[in-house]
Amino acid sequence: MVSLPAMNDLHSAFGQALGLVADGDATLGNIVLLSLRVSLTAVALAALVGLPLGALLAVARFPGRGGVVVALNALMGLPPVVAGLLIYLLLSRSGPLGPLGLLFTPTAMVIAQALLIAPILAALARQVLEAMWEEYAEQLRSFGAGPWRAVPTLLWDGRFALLTVLLAGFGRASAEVGAVMIVGGNIEGFTRVMTTAIALETSKGDLPLALALGMVLMAIVLTVNALAQGLRDIAARQAG
Amino acid sequence: MRAPEAILPLRAEGLGFSADGVAILKGIGLTIEAGRPTLVIGPNGAGKSVLLRLLHRLLPPTTGHVTWDGPAADPRRHQAMVFQRPVLLRRSVLANLRYPLALAGLDRAEQDRRAAEALALVGLAPLADRPARKLSGGEQQRLALARAAALRPEVLFLDEPCASLDPAATRAVEETLQALAARGTKLVMATHDLAQARRLAGDVAFLHRGRLLEHAPAARFFAAPATAEAAAFLRGELLW
Repeated sequence: MVSLPAMNDLHSAFGQALGLVADGDATLGNIVLLSLRVSLTAVALAALVGLPLGALLAVARFPGRGGVVVALNALMGLPPVVAGLLIYLLLSRSGPLGPLGLLFTPTAMVIAQALLIAPILAALARQVLEAMWEEYAEQLRSFGAGPWRAVPTLLWDGRFALLTVLLAGFGRASAEVGAVMIVGGNIEGFTRVMTTAIALETSKGDLPLALALGMVLMAIVLTVNALAQGLRDIAARQAG
Repeated sequence: MRAPEAILPLRAEGLGFSADGVAILKGIGLTIEAGRPTLVIGPNGAGKSVLLRLLHRLLPPTTGHVTWDGPAADPRRHQAMVFQRPVLLRRSVLANLRYPLALAGLDRAEQDRRAAEALALVGLAPLADRPARKLSGGEQQRLALARAAALRPEVLFLDEPCASLDPAATRAVEETLQALAARGTKLVMATHDLAQARRLAGDVAFLHRGRLLEHAPAARFFAAPATAEAAAFLRGELLW
């Protein structure tokens, strides 16, 4: 049973949380580092698939393209728990990839988050690059570049916009709790990340650690957004 | 001194183009020979831009066909096009020049040689490392022209390249065009600016409402137009 903490409990919890952050508490540090490692790797993996896919969808014209775009946009809203469930089914002992023994490892968490954000990266990249393609198409065709050659061109010329797309993906990955909880299992010292730790510590009533993690998570999200804004400014100055 | 023709003369027979059931060009028969610039003139909406795009194969004709009678196996490699609004890549001036040269399969040394030559041609050498899209409108169009010229096309299509430029920038572009024509590049240029057509034209193709009403040497066309529409256009009357 968890009782609501009184106001002065909150105050002391807040103080202790600040202390944990300021002292560089080892448990806190490990959780933060694992979170960053999992989410950054997931973004990198998702980018390898999602960005070229988005670029290809921006330039390709084929029957049923509209349906693919709608499906991709819908997948942006894929609930993390569903992504987690799918990967759980794949990796569980009786699943097709069960023999790999990946369930309840950081690798499983990376795969689940990559599955969650690849459609986001692809859909956002498609939007950004399709606008660019409308401008470039005739000129590139005049140069003799077909759609296949246009894909790397668009990815490079859209680099600033795509960096903000990657940051959006990272924000989503680092803030989600459902997918990593299901496939990671929130094992202390092994698969416990910021969001799962916050969920657990809050339900246990250990507010200082939960609050400290929440502060770090907020700081990371803020930094990411500041970076995104900075990149947009640089892009506006550099590329026009 | 001029290299023997690789793709000219260009013949269009029964050329027509319709979009959504609306005929934009009808029954165009036209032969374009090597030599001084061919100016495609006519009021807005006459179909000048569409004609250039059909000749350059950016659009597929609805009826008729375009043939290149020269010996070259791949006519596409001997043409280039400059658009009304320059389409510059989000890269440096130099990288913009290199891009189509790399696509054409030229090695890096040859790319650099041609890029330097093209920059000198349009007087943009000091801006080589600047982001291309940060140049002024006139500089951007000169860069687009330099980029096309660096490909050393036998035929260069230009779709109202000066339509959004001020007189000084227009003059700079025209000087470059004269230089290109003098070294043997065949210019095929659309304009609705009669004074510009008089300055540049070797022969004139007059379009009106999607039909080619006249194709004649410039001197004869301007002195004694054969059709009432052309005469009215030359007097500055509003045609539609």
